[in-house]
Amino acid sequence: MALPIEEIKKLIIESIPDADIEIKDLAGDSNHYSAKISSKLFNGITKIEQHKLVYKSLKGKMGNELHALSITTEGK
Amino acid sequence: MNTKSEIENIINKNDVCLFMKGVPEAPQCGFSMAVSNILKHLNVKYESIDVLANEEIRDGIKTFSDWPTIPQLYVKGEFIGGCDIVKEMFEKGQLKELLENKKII
Repeated sequence: MALPIEEIKKLIIESIPDADIEIKDLAGDSNHYSAKISSKLFNGITKIEQHKLVYKSLKGKMGNELHALSITTEGK
Repeated sequence: MNTKSEIENIINKNDVCLFMKGVPEAPQCGFSMAVSNILKHLNVKYESIDVLANEEIRDGIKTFSDWPTIPQLYVKGEFIGGCDIVKEMFEKGQLKELLENKKII
């Protein structure tokens, strides 16, 4: 099942309001994405915690509707 | 044995564990393949656990680590990350450093 880019962005912004998000549709099939996300919320926490915040913002869709989203995170 | 103790048992018994889809010789997913290739490249001896062969481990490991995706890499009982983190650490030389510090390689 595919999830459109705008929907992914919306979900992330709901949980991480200051996020700068850049999403690429890698295969043009609305199913394989890479996302680059920066937020002040990432400052001072580990990569694992940063990625967990993103996963949590996607409310269980990661690993289900959304199979292929590779994530790069950084603080700002 | 319940799934949680089974997982603890696996990660305590093996210095490096990779929970993946498929086996290193025939990964069933690109992300699992990427991580197993990195470990191979670094000459790491590791235990691989094929989650496709065990539905309880497949769900159990996600709860255990509070991490929704496979693959998952553990070193000396510690969760290191999924494909993105492992790849990033590898590219920055941090994975090699970690494995050296833990006397794995």
